[in-house]
Order: sequence, then C-alpha cells, then structure tokens
Amino acid sequence: MSIDISPLSAAEGAPVNQFNSAGELTHLLTLEGLPKEQILNILDTAKQFVSVTDPAREVKKVPLLRGKSVFNLFFENSTRTRTTFEIAAKRLSADVINLDISTSSTAKGESLLDTIDNLVAMQADIFVVRHSVSRAPIEIAQHVPTHVHVVNAGDGSHQHPTQGLLDMYTMRHFKKDFDGLKVAIVGDIVHSRVAKSNICALKILGCTDIRVIGPESLLPSDLDMLGVKVFHSMEEGLKDVDVVMTLRIQKERMEAGQVPEGAAFFRQYGLTPTRLALAKPDAIVMHPGPMNRGVEIDSAVADCPQSVILNQVTFGIAVRMAVMTIVTSN
Amino acid sequence: MNAEQSYLKLLETLSQRKKAGDAFELAGLAMGGAWIAKRLAADLNLAHFGVINVAFHRDDYAEKRMTALRTASAMATNLPFEVNGKNIILIDDVLLTGRTVRAALNELFDFGRPEKVELMVLADRENRELPITADFVGEQVSIPENQILVLEKDDGGKFSFQLEEHAA
Repeated sequence: MSIDISPLSAAEGAPVNQFNSAGELTHLLTLEGLPKEQILNILDTAKQFVSVTDPAREVKKVPLLRGKSVFNLFFENSTRTRTTFEIAAKRLSADVINLDISTSSTAKGESLLDTIDNLVAMQADIFVVRHSVSRAPIEIAQHVPTHVHVVNAGDGSHQHPTQGLLDMYTMRHFKKDFDGLKVAIVGDIVHSRVAKSNICALKILGCTDIRVIGPESLLPSDLDMLGVKVFHSMEEGLKDVDVVMTLRIQKERMEAGQVPEGAAFFRQYGLTPTRLALAKPDAIVMHPGPMNRGVEIDSAVADCPQSVILNQVTFGIAVRMAVMTIVTSN
Repeated sequence: MNAEQSYLKLLETLSQRKKAGDAFELAGLAMGGAWIAKRLAADLNLAHFGVINVAFHRDDYAEKRMTALRTASAMATNLPFEVNGKNIILIDDVLLTGRTVRAALNELFDFGRPEKVELMVLADRENRELPITADFVGEQVSIPENQILVLEKDDGGKFSFQLEEHAA
C-alpha cells in the first residue's frame, strides 16, 4: 500500500517558516535557524516541567493545555516518540487523539492535505507529525490555519527536532556547559535525522568539538557537516570525548550491501567497554533508541553507570511538554 | 509604606501563635512571599518553610505567555512537609486582585488536602477581582491602579517597597 503524499511542494532547501510575525516559535519543524535564546528557553522551560513528576506532587498534571486537542499523526511507526508525546500532552491536560494512519483514510487514497483539513475541522490545536518523507511536516505547517501548530516528530532523514532538544537537555544536565564540550556521534549519520538535529543544535549552542565516526558510506559530505570532524576509526575519534552518542543502523533507509552487517559492523564501530575507556572517565553514553545490542552498542556499555539512555527518555517528556506549551502560547 | 515595620508586625503575630502552641506550616509564594517565609522561619526557629510557584496555574497564561513560566523558573514549588491535614499559612508580599492566591491554592492542593489554609500578606491593596481576603495584613495601602508595589530585599536582608509604573 502506498500513501499519497502529493503534492509536496516544500522543496529541499527552501526556507522553513516556523515563526510568527513577532519572531516567536509557532511550529517546531527544524532546529536549523533557531536562535540560541529560543533553544535555551525551551530547555529552561523543560526544566520546570521535570518538577511536575516530583513524588511529593499528588496530582502529576498541570492545566496549561486544558481544552486543547493534540493529534498524533504517525505516518511512520515510533512507539517511544508517540508515547512520550502522548504522556507530555496528557501531563499538560490536553486531549490526545492517536491516529492509526495505516488503517485510516490515507489507505483509501485520501491525500495528506485532505486528511489534515478534516482533522482541522475536528478542532485540532496541535499536530505532532512523524513521516517517512522529509519535509512533510513543513508542508502541513504551511497548509494549516494560524491557530493550529505543528510539531515535527521526525521527517525522513531530515530532522527530529524534539530528539535533538532532549539530547541537548541531557548533555546540559550532566555536563552543565557546551563550552569546551567534546561530542562524538557514531554510526549511521547519513540517514539519521537525529544526528542532523544534534549537530545543528550543538553548533547553535556553541559546541566547537563535534565529531562523527563511521564508515565512509554512512557519513554525509554536505554542508551540514561543515565544522564537524570526521573519523573512520573509533580509536581515534573517541579520544577524550565527554559525550558518545551511538546511532542505530537504519536498514529501512538504505540499500543492501551499503554497510557491513551486524557482527561485522560491531567489530569496527560497536561501542565496547574498551573503546569507551578512550573517552573521558566521566563521559556519558547516549542513544536515541531503539538500540541494537551487539550491533552499534555492547550490552555492557548500554547498562553501565555512564549510560544515560533511559534518562534521555524521561527528559524527552519534559522537553516535549515545553515545546507544545511554547508553540501553543505563540 | 514601611515594609520592615509590617514584617515585624507579622512576625509578632506568628510568634504569639507559636507560643500558644498553634501548629502551622509556612508556604511563601515565589519570589517575594518566599523571601518573607524564609526570614519568618529563621526568626521563629522553624525547622522548614515551603515555597509555592504559581506558574502552572496562572489564569493569564494565554496573555503573559511564557514569561509567566520563565520569571518563576528560578524557584520551583517545594513543600518539605506533609500537606495533608496541616494548617498552612500562605505568605505573599502584596495582595491585589487575588488571582495569584487562587493559583497558589490550586498548586497547594496538587500536593494534598490541608486541614486549613490562611493568608498572610505584607501589604494589602484594593482592587480585588476574586472573593479572597487576607487573614493577617502587615499594612493596608492605597496606591493608584497604574502603579505596582515591588518588594525589595537589601544585602542585609531588610525589606522595602518600591513603587513602579505599570508597563503599558
């Protein structure tokens, strides 16, 4: 079954407008071009929302989005991202509607924008959009009326802004400052919207030592990589870093034979305790999930005290609360 | 307006209640009310005091937008005591419309069900917009509606009130 996503006029490279006339964020579509103060504002706001789950608070819910409807539109599966967006919206007292796209009218041939029009007619306030086609959320944002907000929950190999933000939150939580921070991103960079959003946010926040490690075939060679150090060896790239982020090999986005499979990849690029020992002793290990133990990461590393992989998931809820509150208020 | 004199008056009130064996917990509204609660707790030799941040329950959220959350971000709600069944004295610097107190009650009740809640303010202005009254008042003040009364704390911890023009 193919989903009709035409017309998609949000062309590659075209400027993304996610701001209102006052320069405030009304959609979150990409981290590209987001001013540093706005990123810091999202992180500071998220910090406030972490306190909503304070064990002393009997009512773990705040009324900021009471009466608003959040529509989760996942054209591509993602249990973790959809669930954390749903929890975030519910903690803000919003009503959440999850659409099972594969069994809905898109499967009957309805176009993407016709689907959106129908959901707007159902009084949607926020669309959280995950799509396998890059820039599909941008297309939706251009189409909806001004009182409706769109949050990109991952589009193709383009961007995954809330993941980038929750990764920044996690790094700031454990490392305090981006000044002087050394960050290594390992594995499938070319297909990774997470890597792109991270590199983008790290640059904006003033991180000057960003490294990518992986085989030639998994590293992009475009402008996104400007100012990023490229390594093909774990032993060289991991030296003295503060943060190691490993990424899943996205087989669904590549052709057969493009990269060494499973065990072969692990031998060259798997994050093992021996390799992690090359990083700073207090380096943190991150992974956006879902992780494949024994492919990009050793089980011993995934479960070690330096691993903050589950903290990322928890912080992700607060960051998504912050994003939805901020776009709705503008 | 003499904030120090008002403070001493409130301190004396609580001191009498403490002597009489009244059990109560203090909860100051961020930021000004929290300063007052902190000083009262120290002067009364109380083991602790609470802080209430009303940002999550403000009713002007749509207009003030994120500034409401940002300005209060320095102080999160922290109630280092059991809320259920306790007598709680809410403390704020200035009582005006009553909307902040309404939000503070909502925030407090997210933590439990107190036996009783009272309100203590340093200065009570007119222009109430909700049916809320203070139980303890340092000073009744009458100033033009377009001015804001701002509590300040000097390096020695002494309080004073400044009058500011309302930003248009």
